[in-house]
Amino acid sequence: MRKLGPYLILLLLLAAGFSLATVLQERVSGWSKRGDSDNVLKVLLGDGRRLFANHFFVQADISFHSGYYPSIFDQANRPKDNRHLTAKEGEPAAEEHEKQMNFLGPPRDWIERFGRHFIITGHTHLEGNNRSEVLPWLKLSAELDPQKIETYTVAAYWLRDLGKIKEAERFLREGFLNNPESYEILLELGRLYYEHNHDVARARKIWDLALRRWSEQEAANKQPDLLKLDQIAVNLAHLEEQEGNLARAIQLLELCKKGSPHPEALQKQIDALKQKLAAPLPSAAPEAR
Amino acid sequence: MKTVLAISGIVIKELYRRKDFYVLFVLTAVITLLMGSVSFFHDTNSVRYVKDIALLLIWISALVIAIGTTARQIPAEREHRTIFPLLAKPVTRWQVILGKFAGCWLACGLALIVLYLFFGIVSGSREHHWPLLNFCTALWLHWVMLGVVVAFVLLGSVVFTAPSSNATITFIVVLGILFLGRYLNQVALQQPEPLRSIVYGIYFLIPHLEWYDVRDLIIYDQNLVGWMDCALATLYAVIYMAVFLLGTWLVFRRKALNL
Repeated sequence: MRKLGPYLILLLLLAAGFSLATVLQERVSGWSKRGDSDNVLKVLLGDGRRLFANHFFVQADISFHSGYYPSIFDQANRPKDNRHLTAKEGEPAAEEHEKQMNFLGPPRDWIERFGRHFIITGHTHLEGNNRSEVLPWLKLSAELDPQKIETYTVAAYWLRDLGKIKEAERFLREGFLNNPESYEILLELGRLYYEHNHDVARARKIWDLALRRWSEQEAANKQPDLLKLDQIAVNLAHLEEQEGNLARAIQLLELCKKGSPHPEALQKQIDALKQKLAAPLPSAAPEAR
Repeated sequence: MKTVLAISGIVIKELYRRKDFYVLFVLTAVITLLMGSVSFFHDTNSVRYVKDIALLLIWISALVIAIGTTARQIPAEREHRTIFPLLAKPVTRWQVILGKFAGCWLACGLALIVLYLFFGIVSGSREHHWPLLNFCTALWLHWVMLGVVVAFVLLGSVVFTAPSSNATITFIVVLGILFLGRYLNQVALQQPEPLRSIVYGIYFLIPHLEWYDVRDLIIYDQNLVGWMDCALATLYAVIYMAVFLLGTWLVFRRKALNL
């Protein structure tokens, strides 16, 4: 028998490898429990990616403050929640945050005093064209931990602020797909439809669903998230009031009173609505004559 | 002086003959460009995340170059027995130390110029403004900080037996100072005596390398560090370089050279 040349052996091996690959491809996908939908980051980092997701979320907060941010040694002054990320100047959350961020205090020694010349010591927030600087960090955070709900709500707030309504909707929908039980995402989605798309019917449906989800998850809790209940119910009440459903609006405002820091203001609104409801309809007067 | 420059010239040549710098530069460039090319929410205005990532990579690369290059200088000379003809020139041990230090520090400076030039181009092309003075200040402070690191590694290379242990210990110390140095006084105040005095003592004793990390000022387009502060920080670093180099000489002058 003639000897096979090395090139022929190489070709035969390549052909054998190729043929085997076509046979094994389908079987191999069955060996792994991982779905095809897993992205590269999930495959590489496993559950450890949630740590990085949190880091990137904090990085977005640092970016929002232009680098002025408390370290782990100033834990007591670290923002406790993310409300400041979506609060406008003058709002109570912003004022409370202003107090929290006054963490530097007077320098304790000459090293600290001199060292402050090399760090950012002024508390500012992103404004103008810079407002989009938080978005890359939030997107990375969402990629790493799709179950981190605040990433979607904060990013949607900034996207709406920048006029990127389509992107905000797409991102919130992505968040809702990953977290179908989240009333926070539904609240944001409802705001987007109501304030930007002026789609009242859809906004009502979404806020109703948000209210239902809140009741399912939080009503039985010892410390329910009353702030979110307040936001969902107030938004829905305003919508119902505008649509003329005053009875439903009153009912929703009554619900808000539980969680509101200013129940007396809500009571005034309820009283006004009750008066409106009791008064005869303006169109009914000419008919009476 | 000529002798010192001749020795430092050899160290610089070694940097561009070895592949370390090229690998680190390509890695920095590829990761930065890859991150820069990603579009988040169809937004083209975001640039700070690219600057943040690029500067972090530059800091890591510069530290690896400084520590890696310096840690093997004296042990390699001893291992290959080239230290004997070098000292027979005649060259004093002090000149060897000074030459090695100058070479490593200048090599770090050259690497930094290339890395910051790349950073400036990437940042400027996206931001459309070129704060050159800020970049130069950041580069200068970074280089001064590396001088302290290089001097510290040289001291380590005559104290520790292997370059690997020297490099590892230096990495831990430098990273420890960069991350915790600024807060040691806060930690000290929470401790009972005598631990409080010990930790406070360490706080005053360590070189505060974290001062030279002005990345945030560059990333968030903040005001430049004042000239006087820059000069004082340089003087502070020079004092620590002198302390470490003198320490190196004190150990090296009586050290047996054969392994």
